[in-house]
Amino acid sequence: MGPLIPNGIIPIEWDSIIAIIIGIVFGFVLEASGFSSSRKLAGVFYGYDFAVLKVFFTAAAVSVIGIYYMDYLGYLDISQLYVHPTYLWGALIGGIIMGLGFVAAGFCPGTSLCAVAIGKLDAWVYIGGILIGVFIFSEFFTFFEPLYDGYYFGNKTLVESFGWNPYWVIFIFSIIAIIAFVVSDIVRKRVKKVFY
Amino acid sequence: MKNNKKTKFHVYWNPYYGGFLLGILIIFTFYITGRGLGATGALKSSVVTLVDTVAPTHAEGNVYYSKFIKKGENPMNSWLVFEALGVLIGAFISGSLNNRIKWRVQHSPKITIKRRIVFVLGGGILFGLGSQIARGCTSGAALSGMAVLSTGGFLTMLSIFGSAYAFAYFFRKNWI
Repeated sequence: MGPLIPNGIIPIEWDSIIAIIIGIVFGFVLEASGFSSSRKLAGVFYGYDFAVLKVFFTAAAVSVIGIYYMDYLGYLDISQLYVHPTYLWGALIGGIIMGLGFVAAGFCPGTSLCAVAIGKLDAWVYIGGILIGVFIFSEFFTFFEPLYDGYYFGNKTLVESFGWNPYWVIFIFSIIAIIAFVVSDIVRKRVKKVFY
Repeated sequence: MKNNKKTKFHVYWNPYYGGFLLGILIIFTFYITGRGLGATGALKSSVVTLVDTVAPTHAEGNVYYSKFIKKGENPMNSWLVFEALGVLIGAFISGSLNNRIKWRVQHSPKITIKRRIVFVLGGGILFGLGSQIARGCTSGAALSGMAVLSTGGFLTMLSIFGSAYAFAYFFRKNWI
């Protein structure tokens, strides 16, 4: 029963090798989907290319459906999986700052790594920027600490936070994703084409 | 790129196909390791290692760096660093297969290279800062968080995209 490494089914020594293999597939899929192009990524905010929305929400829907299915079938114990913690204001304010950075630069860290790999010099500068940003945060950590450590609500899922039924959440999320795809195609037809 | 303009063939994968494969990869990652994907983790490790090498006493005195420095362990020896190396290799393979490897600065023809570099640097600094405050970026917090229905993951995702749409108007000259 999964997860395999934490349960000792695959020895921990394989951890780093598996990390590289997973990374290679991750990088390949992102690059092949066009995520090494900042102008393609930024299209989602101006309505001329919705690849980000489509890839991101398809991936989220497929993965959440798959994980819950595997739990249902007994292959994976969902309670053993790492759940990203909820620090309310950290998530919101951090997200706002990241959103600003996203639309200014047209990259997020994962996609910039792909762009670096195919020789985009602006992505190299972006990585340099991230390093500076992390450095600033670390140096002024005492200033950010109340936000970083405060308003902690635990490593909770929507199921635990709101008492919702996970299957309904996933069903409604999938419906929202499909509606978003349809709407994005309508919007894209009305927006002036940008060639890049 | 040249072929694209003339024939309008798909130079990139169909986004639903890419998204489907990415979803499968996330399931696989959780099934094997019990955790999700990430991207900023490797960059954070790099900063910690850099500061620890240049100014070790300073790094140990700082509350944040010292969280990630353990005696006898290299911060670069982490799952996320190996994964990020894999991302570089994977993207390079995909780029090679499609003849996309080239040194260049990509920017809208309406703006100069200098302007592009200034904005990309500023965006990087902001994203680096924000990712530390939110404890993860679009991959680690939003995508991997959403895969297990994490409340924090959904909040971060809504916040990133909400904010990007809200500020998009001010940056429109860079893109359209």
